[in-house]
Amino acid sequence: METTLTELLNIEYPIIQGAMAWISDADLAAAVSNAGGLGVIGTGGDTAELVKEKVEDMSSKTDKAFAVNLYLLNPHIDEVVDYLIKESGVKIVTTGAGNPGKYMERLKEADIKVIPVVASVALAKRMERIGADAVIAEGMEAGGHIGRSTTMALLPQIVDAVSCPVIAAGGFGDGRSLAAALMLGSSGVQVGTRFAVAHESNAHDNFKEAIIKANDISTTVTGTITGHPVRVLRNQLTKDYLALEKELTGSDDPDLNLLEELGAGSLRRAVVDGDSKTGSLMAGQIAGLINQRQSCEEIIQDYVKGAHKSIQQVCELYN
Amino acid sequence: MNIFETVRDIIADQLDVEKDVITPETSFEEDLEADSLDVFQVISEIEDELDIVIETDDNISTVKELVDFIENQEQ
Repeated sequence: METTLTELLNIEYPIIQGAMAWISDADLAAAVSNAGGLGVIGTGGDTAELVKEKVEDMSSKTDKAFAVNLYLLNPHIDEVVDYLIKESGVKIVTTGAGNPGKYMERLKEADIKVIPVVASVALAKRMERIGADAVIAEGMEAGGHIGRSTTMALLPQIVDAVSCPVIAAGGFGDGRSLAAALMLGSSGVQVGTRFAVAHESNAHDNFKEAIIKANDISTTVTGTITGHPVRVLRNQLTKDYLALEKELTGSDDPDLNLLEELGAGSLRRAVVDGDSKTGSLMAGQIAGLINQRQSCEEIIQDYVKGAHKSIQQVCELYN
Repeated sequence: MNIFETVRDIIADQLDVEKDVITPETSFEEDLEADSLDVFQVISEIEDELDIVIETDDNISTVKELVDFIENQEQ
């Protein structure tokens, strides 16, 4: 399946694995790359040393194309960017949770492809203007940090606004949605939640089970009041968190530190320790569609064959 | 119109607030409840209106910071 994305990144299928905190390690990313997609290593709050370990681990597990994601709220981000540019040999970088403008020139000078996640048309245009090789248009159906618009509404508007390849993210659970993404003008999809439950994902079994058991209304959005909304599965933590947010919303000078304290360490608790009650279970709205664990190879083949079947079925309507 | 007035009018329009509540000291996040996407939208509109390119990756938190930035760039 060739698109402008597969050509740009030298991958077989137009499927990128999303960077998920604590989940997107070399095991998962290498499995995705080896299956023909683009594996992506998450770097969260990592130091340059830790990123280096992950990159070396990745290079030992695959010789196919892969990317490193820059989490723009990482306190160590400057040293991570230095490492990526000076030593790593990494050729593709995705970025999330902010505006990568500050680093774009240096990354491009080092001949690294830069693909930012964008949540608005204005941001997409700006990224293309300053040199982004492609953009990931992510709708609020996605798990984790989200913007305001839905994928359905955002995607065609971004496709119209830029001429670089657009990757669609947020809500892509099977081949039908890959076909839809192509119809809406994108060149491929970024998938998070479905890869989180893959065999090769090291996420705790309780975390995977929570996603598999989820239905279509199982997620909620926390942290709106902080300016950094995040989509997660509903549980005891979200009940407590949303109650606190509601209390703080009324006040003139909300003490956001209280929310910070409640959320501290909750991501790790969910993914690594398997605390599905008070951990933060980041997942997209599409979790309701995902009901089995598979290998990355099976997942990618399902997307590709499913898209093909879907497109054929629709073509028949026009015969 | 001077730069502040142009910026003020665009902010009022984009963020749906009254012009007279916007002063140089106005904070986007605290006074106008605008997030980073809103600020980008405002910057994008100003670029179109003034036919300039605003290259900033700094966090702009007040109206004055934005106006100063534009004035510095135009020199």
